[in-house]
Amino acid sequence: MTAALVHIELTADGAPTDAAAELLGAATVLGEPVAVITVAPGSDTAALVAALGRAGAARVVVAEAAEVGSVIATPQVSALAAAIDREQPSVVLLAHSVDGRDVAGRLAVRVGGALAWDAVGVTRDGDRVVAAHSVFGGAYATTSTIEGGLPIVTVRPGAIDARAAAVEAPAVERLTVEVSGAAATIESSTPVRPSGRPELRTAKVVVAGGRGLGSPEKFALVEQLADALGGAVGASRAAVDAGYIDHAAQVGQTGTTVAPDLYIALGISGAIQHKAGMQTAKTIVAINTDASAPIFEVADFGVVGDVFTVVPQLLDALQSRRSA
Amino acid sequence: MRIIVLIKHVPDTWEERVLDPATGRLDRSASERVVDEITERALEAALALKDSDKSIEVVALTMGPGESTGAIKKALSMGADSGIHLVDDALAGADAMTTAATIAAALRDAGADLIIAGNESTDGRGGMLPAMLAEHLGLPALTFISDLVVEGGRVRGERATETATSVVSAALPAVVSITEGMPEPRFPSFKGIMGAKKKPVASHSLADLGLAADATPRAASVVLSCEPRPGRTGAEPIVDDGSAGQRLADYLAQQRLV
Ligand SMILES: Cc1cc2nc3c(=O)[nH]c(=O)nc-3n(C[C@H](O)[C@H](O)[C@H](O)COP(=O)(O)OP(=O)(O)OC[C@H]3O[C@@H](n4cnc5c(N)ncnc54)[C@H](O)[C@@H]3O)c2cc1C
Ligand SMILES: Nc1ncnc2c1ncn2[C@@H]1O[C@H](COP(=O)(O)O)[C@@H](O)[C@H]1O
Repeated sequence: MTAALVHIELTADGAPTDAAAELLGAATVLGEPVAVITVAPGSDTAALVAALGRAGAARVVVAEAAEVGSVIATPQVSALAAAIDREQPSVVLLAHSVDGRDVAGRLAVRVGGALAWDAVGVTRDGDRVVAAHSVFGGAYATTSTIEGGLPIVTVRPGAIDARAAAVEAPAVERLTVEVSGAAATIESSTPVRPSGRPELRTAKVVVAGGRGLGSPEKFALVEQLADALGGAVGASRAAVDAGYIDHAAQVGQTGTTVAPDLYIALGISGAIQHKAGMQTAKTIVAINTDASAPIFEVADFGVVGDVFTVVPQLLDALQSRRSA
Repeated sequence: MRIIVLIKHVPDTWEERVLDPATGRLDRSASERVVDEITERALEAALALKDSDKSIEVVALTMGPGESTGAIKKALSMGADSGIHLVDDALAGADAMTTAATIAAALRDAGADLIIAGNESTDGRGGMLPAMLAEHLGLPALTFISDLVVEGGRVRGERATETATSVVSAALPAVVSITEGMPEPRFPSFKGIMGAKKKPVASHSLADLGLAADATPRAASVVLSCEPRPGRTGAEPIVDDGSAGQRLADYLAQQRLV
């Protein structure tokens, strides 16, 4: 079986990101899942290798590069190029993340592959790797393949449910990588602090607030409901622009695409660009004072009402249900 | 200093966007085309630099069919000094590899100190072209940055990923891609619109760029299938009579969502 190389992104503490398990899950249907990590020379990778084994890596390529963490993308690109040279894989999988996209783009140019991006599924059809995509906010389902070169596929975080069986002690191969290519310098870096809430892209429940919340202080109501439901916090672009919450919470065309079991839109009008990021949620609930707000066109349960009266009552009702 | 801004003509996100089910390509007749807002912000970033240093030259470059001259006209009326249009019938349906190779060929000898792009197109949503261009051109790439400072021959910005927020920088020449965190674009002034007509626009075919139609990359992405998915129909909303919160809690429980 040919190798399916999986690029593993690491958090500031050196652990694999959540994408690792999804990518290795996706890789198992394509070939032998081989994880590639790029670390500083001399790093102790025992815990990392064990974690990747639990996530299903049959083998782990540990690429050592001096520039890791001090420049954008090129160490990982050089590591993957070296691993491709050695493994002759039939596909390379990466997360469709900020760093994953930089690495994928450069890699495709460097090794003469071609890109399939933002895949929500991957399958093999004979020799071909087939990627599924959800286009224009889920208005179209398309599939694509790569002809004439190595398929380099980025996978949408949260889209893959399959998980690979754990591997007891994956074989480890070490590479020392010569980093090439001009790169931008990372001058300083602050790790994202875990919020204690589920991650927006992969959460089962998302509670999102819009301009209707009125102020950063009042936006706390959105967070309260999210916490009561164990969900993530989302927002419209207007709420982000007004400074109610960080850009990372933006859902929509130019924000995150989510497809949770439950999406609750509070004080969001439902502009077409917002819907493009959430309309494939299984159940949509909307609360808005304006009965003609377009969000109601996609809501399974809509309330024409004020979020500041309806949500507190909802929180009370959920509370008494729980204590009953 | 010469700044080249990569602008893209895309279907308007305010309208329903349609794919041709036979080819999976965009149905160009179905919706109005506009300059992708993020690339207008990229132009704004360049024009803001020019506002404080008149010697800066701003060039708007786009690759797209004939009608994309509209995008260049808009950029010129906002304040760009000149335009470059990459247009060739052989580029219809070009994938990312071909697009990157073509734009890189045009940039190679264009003498840009700074190349500014949007982080991600609203139609393709790839968000990879800037990194691909940097790789082609042997340049550093500051991607997904939400502020931009040019100082002492370096460009610097803030870059948020899923795991960290960083300050990143590179010596010029460099490729930069900006996010929505950057300021909104200015509107063209009347003077700008009138002046745009006199500004030069160069048009280049693949042959002009020294790229034979078959010299484009060998590996390519191919669409296999394309199916529209049924739209959603919402339920009639209830009007709050003082019990909506309770009714919503009951609904969520009944749907086993709580
Ligand atoms: C290229 C492009 C990309 C874009 N990308 C995105 C994107 O990714 N995500 C996104 O969200 N938008 C995006 N937009 C912006 C989008 O067009 C809308 O402007 C935005 O979604 C509006 O946000 P909103 O619904 O919070 O604000 P508004 O449209 O102002 O709606 C606020 C709503 O709150 C309701 N309201 C007010 N008070 C209350 C109350 N007390 N209780 C209940 N309801 C109340 C009002 O009736 C109103 O419907 C994009 C636009 C463009 C052009
Ligand atoms: N055809 C094109 N012409 C000019 N610029 C482009 C083109 N395609 C992409 N770009 C630039 O690259 C950025 C990222 O695009 P993409 O990688 O396609 O999501 C865009 O915001 C533009 O600045």
